[in-house]
Amino acid sequence: MADAAEKISTTDARLGGLSLPVGGWSEAARKDALARVQAMSLPERRDEYWKYTRPDTLTQAGAVPAALFDNDEAPIFGDMDRLNIVFVDGVFDRQASDDLSLEGVTIDRLAEAKTDIHWARDLYGVLEAKGQNPVPRPLAALNTAFASDGVVIHVTGKPSKPINLTYHHRSETSDAILHHVIRVDAGAEVTVLESGPAAARFNKCMEVDVADGATFHHVRAQGRDHERRAATHIFARLGTESVFKSFTLTANGVLTRNECVIELTGDDAVAHVAGACVGDGDFHHDDTVFITHDAVNCESRQVFKKVLRNGATGVFQGKILVKKDAQKTDGYQISQSLLLDEDSQFLAKPELEIYADDVACSHGSTSGAIDEDALFYLRSRGVPEGPATDLLTLAFLAEAVEEIENEDLRDEINDRLAAWLERHRS
Amino acid sequence: MLSIKNLHVKLEEEDKQILKGVDLEIEAGKVHAIMGPNGSGKSTLSYVLSGKDGYEVTDGTAMLEGADVLEMEPEERAAAGLFLAFQYPVEIPGVGNMTFLRTAVNAQRKARGEEEMSAADFLKAVRARAKELKIDADMLKRPVNVGFSGGEKKRNEILQMAMLEPRMCILDETDSGLDVDAMKLVSEGVNALRSEGRGFLVITHYQRLLDHIKPDVVHIMADGKIVKSGGPELALEVENNGYGDILAEVA
Ligand SMILES: Nc1ncnc2c1ncn2[C@@H]1O[C@H](COP(=O)(O)OP(=O)(O)OP(=O)(O)O)[C@@H](O)[C@H]1O
Ligand SMILES: [Mg+2]
Repeated sequence: MADAAEKISTTDARLGGLSLPVGGWSEAARKDALARVQAMSLPERRDEYWKYTRPDTLTQAGAVPAALFDNDEAPIFGDMDRLNIVFVDGVFDRQASDDLSLEGVTIDRLAEAKTDIHWARDLYGVLEAKGQNPVPRPLAALNTAFASDGVVIHVTGKPSKPINLTYHHRSETSDAILHHVIRVDAGAEVTVLESGPAAARFNKCMEVDVADGATFHHVRAQGRDHERRAATHIFARLGTESVFKSFTLTANGVLTRNECVIELTGDDAVAHVAGACVGDGDFHHDDTVFITHDAVNCESRQVFKKVLRNGATGVFQGKILVKKDAQKTDGYQISQSLLLDEDSQFLAKPELEIYADDVACSHGSTSGAIDEDALFYLRSRGVPEGPATDLLTLAFLAEAVEEIENEDLRDEINDRLAAWLERHRS
Repeated sequence: MLSIKNLHVKLEEEDKQILKGVDLEIEAGKVHAIMGPNGSGKSTLSYVLSGKDGYEVTDGTAMLEGADVLEMEPEERAAAGLFLAFQYPVEIPGVGNMTFLRTAVNAQRKARGEEEMSAADFLKAVRARAKELKIDADMLKRPVNVGFSGGEKKRNEILQMAMLEPRMCILDETDSGLDVDAMKLVSEGVNALRSEGRGFLVITHYQRLLDHIKPDVVHIMADGKIVKSGGPELALEVENNGYGDILAEVA
C-alpha cells in the first residue's frame, strides 16, 4: 500500500510540472499516453525492471543540474556529408540546422507537421504503446504525452546522405523531452545519426517503422557531458525482409538508460542492436533490450560491450522472445564487460523465452580483466603499457563496433573511443 | 652486449628458486646457444630478461650494453634493443597483425627519439620480409597469432624480429613445431640478421637448428645454472648422448 502511494505521488509530482500540448494531429495519442502513465505510474527502485538502475533522478519533478562540459574535441560526424538537424536543450534550432529538404525523404518538425499526415498519426505513440507489453516502460509513455519537440521523417527513397540529429546542451538545468517518428517505406533506405549530450536530463523516444524490404541504419554517439542523465527508447517494427541496425557509443554520463524494443513482424527480417560504452568513475550505463520474434526465419543480434573503470557500473538486460510460430529464428546475444579495476561492476540479466521449436538462439555474458599475457606480449615488443592497454581495450570493443556497416562511421567511432581511452589512462 | 652475473630468480608468489646464479656473457656479433633439460630455467631466464611479471630477482645483475635491464619496464627493454621470440607466442584476438607490428615499430622509434615510419614504407618493408618467411598477406591481416598453426606463430615471431631489428635477440625454442622447410626459412631469417653489432641467444633442444644457425658458443643449463660451456661440439655431444654424462661430470 505504502509503495503504491509513493509511486503515485512521484508520478503526480512529475506530471504536475508538465503541460499536455493541445491541438494538432498527435493530441489524441498524447491523451492516451497520459492515461497510460497514470495507470502504470513512473518506475520506482523496487520495480524488477529497475533493479540495477535507480530511476529516481529520471522520474523526479525537476532535472538535477548538470555542468556543461567543454573540451576542444571537434563534434562527431561533423566532417561528414550529412543533413544536420540541431536541437539545443531539446528545442529545434532552425538557424543552426540545414535546410530540411532532401530527395527521397520528407522531414518535418513534430509540432509543424500537417494534420493530415496519416502515416505519422498511425505511428506516434502506437509502437510505444505496443512496446508496453509485457513490460511497462512508463518513461516512454510520459514522453509520448509530453514531448515538446522532435521530427517526423518519412523516407520514400534512398536519400544521398545521412540525417544527423545533433543535440546540444547549453543550460545546466535543461530538462528535454524529444520524440521522433520515422517511417521507412517499402524498399527505401536511410541512415540516421544522433549525437550530443542533449540536456541536463534527456528523455527521448524514437519510433521506427521499417516496411517490407526497407533498411534502417542508426548510429548514435551519446557522450561528453559527464553529469548528464538520459532515458531513451527506441521502438521498432520490422516488415518482411527489412533490415534494422542500430549502434550506440556512450562515453561519460552519470546515468544513461537506453531501451530498445524491437518487433520482427515480417518473415526474413534482420535486427541488429549493438553498443559500446566506456565509463570512468561516477558512470552508470544501462542497456535494456527486448526483441520479439513474431515471424519466420528472422535474425536478431545483440552485441554489447562495456569498458568500466574507477567504480563505474554497467547494466545489461536483454531478452529474446520467440513466439510460437516464429520458426527458424536465429537469435544471438552477447554482453561483455572489461573491468579495468576491482571497483567497477557489471550486472547482466540475459533472458531467452522461446515458444517455437525450430530455432537457434544463443546468449552469453562475461566479465573480465585485461589479458596479462597479451599485455606483456605487446609491451615486450615496445608498446608502452598505456597504449597497449588501449589497443586491447579497442580489440575488446571491436565486435560491437564492427556491427556498424559503414566504414567511415566505424572509423569515426573507433577514433572517438581511442581518444577517450587516451584521455582516461591511469 | 649482454652481461649476466650471478642471476638469482625466484617466483614472486611462492618460495621457489628457479635461477640459482646464472653467469652469461654474450658479445656483439656472436651467437650463443643454451640447451638443457626441461624445467631447468631456460624460459625463465628469457622472461626475466624481457621483464615479465611474477618473478623476483633476489641477486645478481643483467646489463645490456652497460644499462641495467632489470630496472627497466618491458617496453624500455624492447626500445633498448632486446627482443624475445616467445616459446609460446600469445594470441591477441581483435588486434590485427599489421596494426600490431606498426604500433610496435613506431613505439620503439618514438622511444628512441627517431621519426615514425610512414605507412607506405612500413607496408613495403613488411611485405618484403613476410615474403622471405613465406607469410602470406592473409596472415598479416588476421588478428595476432589467432588461428595460426604452431609453425606460423614461430615464423610470425621472426617476422617481428626482422621488422624491429633488435640488437640482442633471444629465441626460445623457435624451432619447436617447425617442419623441415620452415626450420630452414626461419634459420635463414635469423642468419640474415646476423651482424657485427647484434647478439643472439638461441634456446633449443635440438642440434638440427644449430646446423642452420651455427653457434659460436653452446651452454648447458641445469637446475637454474649454466653448468658447462663450450663450442658447437657440445651440442653434438648432447644430441648423441643426452645430458646424463655432462650432468654427472659437473655434479
Ligand atoms: N610462473 C610459474 N609458476 C610456477 N612454476 C614456474 C613458473 N615459471 C616457471 N616455473 C617452474 O620453473 C622451472 C623452470 O621453468 P622454465 O619454463 O624456465 O623451464 P625451461 O628450461 O624453459 O623448460 P622447457 O625446456 O620445458 O621449456 C620449472 O620447474 C617450472 O615449472
Ligand atoms: Mg622453456
